[in-house]
Parts: sequence; C-alpha cells; structure tokens
Amino acid sequence: MAYNKRFDGRKFDELREMEAKVGIIKRANGSAMFRIGKTIALAAVYGPRYASRDVYSRVMKSPNHGVLRCNYNMMAFSGSGDRVRPGPSRRSKELSLVIEKALTPLVNLEEFPGSVIDVFIELPQTDSGTRCAGIVAASMALADAGIKMKDLVTSVAVGKIGDKIVVDVNKEEEDYEDGMADIAIAMSTETGEITLLQNDGILKKEDLIEALNAAKKGCLEIKKLQIKALKECYK
Amino acid sequence: MTDIIKEHAISLFSKNTREDGRKLDEYRKDFKIELGVSSKSAEGSARVTLGETIVIAGVKLEVTEPFPDTPDAGAFIVNVELLPLSSPDFESGPPSINSIELSRVTDRVLRESEFIDFKKLCLKKGEKVWMILIDIYPINNAGNLFDVAYIAALAALKDAKFPKLDKENKIDYSEHTKTGLPLSKDFPMSCTVLKSKNFIYIDPTDKEEEIADARLTIGLTSHDEICALQKGGEAGLTIHEIDKMVSLAITKTKELRKLIK
Repeated sequence: MAYNKRFDGRKFDELREMEAKVGIIKRANGSAMFRIGKTIALAAVYGPRYASRDVYSRVMKSPNHGVLRCNYNMMAFSGSGDRVRPGPSRRSKELSLVIEKALTPLVNLEEFPGSVIDVFIELPQTDSGTRCAGIVAASMALADAGIKMKDLVTSVAVGKIGDKIVVDVNKEEEDYEDGMADIAIAMSTETGEITLLQNDGILKKEDLIEALNAAKKGCLEIKKLQIKALKECYK
Repeated sequence: MTDIIKEHAISLFSKNTREDGRKLDEYRKDFKIELGVSSKSAEGSARVTLGETIVIAGVKLEVTEPFPDTPDAGAFIVNVELLPLSSPDFESGPPSINSIELSRVTDRVLRESEFIDFKKLCLKKGEKVWMILIDIYPINNAGNLFDVAYIAALAALKDAKFPKLDKENKIDYSEHTKTGLPLSKDFPMSCTVLKSKNFIYIDPTDKEEEIADARLTIGLTSHDEICALQKGGEAGLTIHEIDKMVSLAITKTKELRKLIK
C-alpha cells in the first residue's frame, strides 16, 4: 500500500510543531526543554565537576581531556500505554550511550581534563523521536552551561514508509502496519558531521542518502529554534 | 563551611527573617499548580512550583488482581525518583534511602486520611481492581521536596481520568472517560516544619534544609486531624516543640488549602 498522505496531514518534509526553552532548571549549570509534537525532553547539565568513583577509571584513561556522560530516562507515566517501569533498562542504557556519542565530537573536552560533564535527559511525555529530542535539548543545555562547542548538535528521525521519505516520524508512522525504516540522525549542520546514525528496517542505499539530505533540512530548522531559545534566555 | 552558613542563617532567624527576606512562617511567593502537563500519556499529571522548586507527578491506572487481604479494594503505589537532573546532590542508581522515605511519607498522608475510596476501585471482587500508580519526579530541587512532592501527587490524582474499558475489562489507553478517581471532597494536606537551634520554620530552601537539626512532616485532614507524622533529622524534639510545630502546620495548611481547588 502506498503512503501518499501522512497520518497527521503534514508534508513529507515537515516537522511537527516545536517549542524550545533554555534555563528551566535553576540548580543545574545549564538546562533546556525541547518539545516536538507530543514528545517532551528535559535536559540538565552539571559540570565540569570532579569525577566521582564510578567514572574515575574513564577519566584516568584519557588524562588529556574530560569525559562527557549522558543519562537518558523515560518517566514512568511518559508512555501512552502501560506504565514504564522506572529505572534503567537495556534500551535506556543503549540510548544513553548513543546520545553521548552524538554530543561528544562537538564538545571541546580538551578544556576540562580530569573532570566530568554530566548530561541528564528526562522525558515526561513521549510520542516518537525521544532520543533525537533528547539530543536537541542536551545541546542547548550544554550551551547554556557555557561549555565550548564546535556547533550545536541537532537531531531528527527520518523514516521510509512505502516509497516515501518522511521527516520527523511520529508514533503512528512508527507503528505503520506494512513496516517502515526508522532512521535516527544527529548532525552538526555547520561541519556536516553526522554523529548519530541508527536504522531499524529495510532501506536501499539511495534511500539512506535521500534520508540524510532530508534530515539536514529539518536540522537546519531545529537549529534556528535552538539559537532563538538561547538568545531569549540571555536577552 | 556549613557552620558559617548556619551561623549567618541563625542570626537572620533571630530577627524573624531569612536570606530571601521571608519570615520564618512564610511560604515562598511563587506557588503554581499546572495540570495535565503529560496529558497525552498519563491519566493525570501536574507540575507544582514553589519558589524555585519544581516537581512533576503523573498518575497511571492499571487493572490488576487485588491483594489477597483486600479482595474488594483497589490499591495505589507512590514512587519518587530523585533525579540527578534536579540537583547536584542526587546521583543515578537504585532508589536512595531519601527517595524511599519521601515516597512512603507521601503514601502515608494520602492513605491514612482515607482520601481515596479504594472500595470504588473494585471492578470484580477477588479478580479485578484498579491500581493507581503515582510517580513523582523533582525537576529542580530548591528545597522542601516533602511538601511540593505531596501537592504534586495530590494535584495529579485530582487531574486523573479513567481510561476506557472494554467488555473483558481491558484498558484502551487511547480513550479517556470523563470520570475522575473516587476522591473525597476534603483533601488532606502536608506541612513540613524544620528546626534549627531554637527556631522553627517552614518551606525551607535547599540551604535551609542543610542547616536544620530536625524536621517534622505533618499530614492533616481538612478537619485539622493529624493523619501522618514523620520526624527526620539528627536532633530530638521536646513535647513543647512538637506542639508548636503542629500548631504552625495547622495554620499554614489552612492558607495553602485556599490556593488549591
């Protein structure tokens, strides 16, 4: 079956409605909220601070630069179905890891040898694209914390449904009955570096290239909003 | 370090004032309850702000088997997670003793006041009942999590609506009814009173919590009966002090009650 019209009526390259706010958590060194559609991500940055015992070995392994550590967590009531069991899961641990890898290449960790920058991402409400929303919020929080970066990291999920490439997949599309490919992408629009790339589903090489280009367009739009939110916070 | 901060705070206390200019028996000014903050996923949700402290609570409803000792009553569970996102003092990992105490005290105030009519949560005796799951998360911990977490839980409960059930009592989470939870009109309140040297004060900031010698959380019904108590902190309290703390809690919860509908 061809996918000719998106479930929520958006154009194929259209993002869901977005909202961004910086400086929402006063006790953190930097913080931000990012909402895309029904997905809400909160991010807080603590640090650079002393490495506690559980990251000490990681810090010692790379004495020339600091360590960025991420923690992704869904709140228990954030899913539209059953309650999510609180606490870490295999899924949340993997996502924490890939988010960490998505942010690290753009952060100047050489400036903070021996210390840790902690990034905490919490999701009070989820629809789809939670890791991407988390990255967008985290990047703003890092900027708010005054940590030097090469660029803000932006992120969006692109899908292939039928023969269409769709930007910013929502839950309904993710659960498309005839199957789909779901590609999570994070990038620096400045350098063109892609720092997160994950795919579930069948995809041709050409589709992937098309998806990456579509993602870039979406990312530029998200970055505009990130900058606007940061400027608003420091008016 | 704490000694210097404490000395300074105490000298202010003796003039019935604090660092932020409040009197010892005053709540912080910015008090706000926002309902339905996760309305697309939770059955009920609320964000409560008091000063700089922000707490989110959400309610999920499930259909489960009743506990064997209460075959005709529903149940509820309160869970607090002290997110490392909300404070530099919290760390990730298994629930800390502080988060367990916070959940259990919140649970006690709600349970012992008989605010929720558990009998009305029974769908089929001995087989199926509603289970209320309340999850509470601080977003910014600037002090007084005991009271703010409690109000967030209360507000989320009031906000909650039952999801639709099909014939086999299976939940359809995509549709919600207009029916709220069986809650009594009169709601309990909770007030935490702290003591440092010979001063008692309410609604502490995170710094004022650090300098406290003792803490007393008092759960009160709408008729000003005590429904729950929890003492914390290193120092002991005299009967006279407890008397003063409970009286203060009664006066202050009356004030706060008016701001909660």
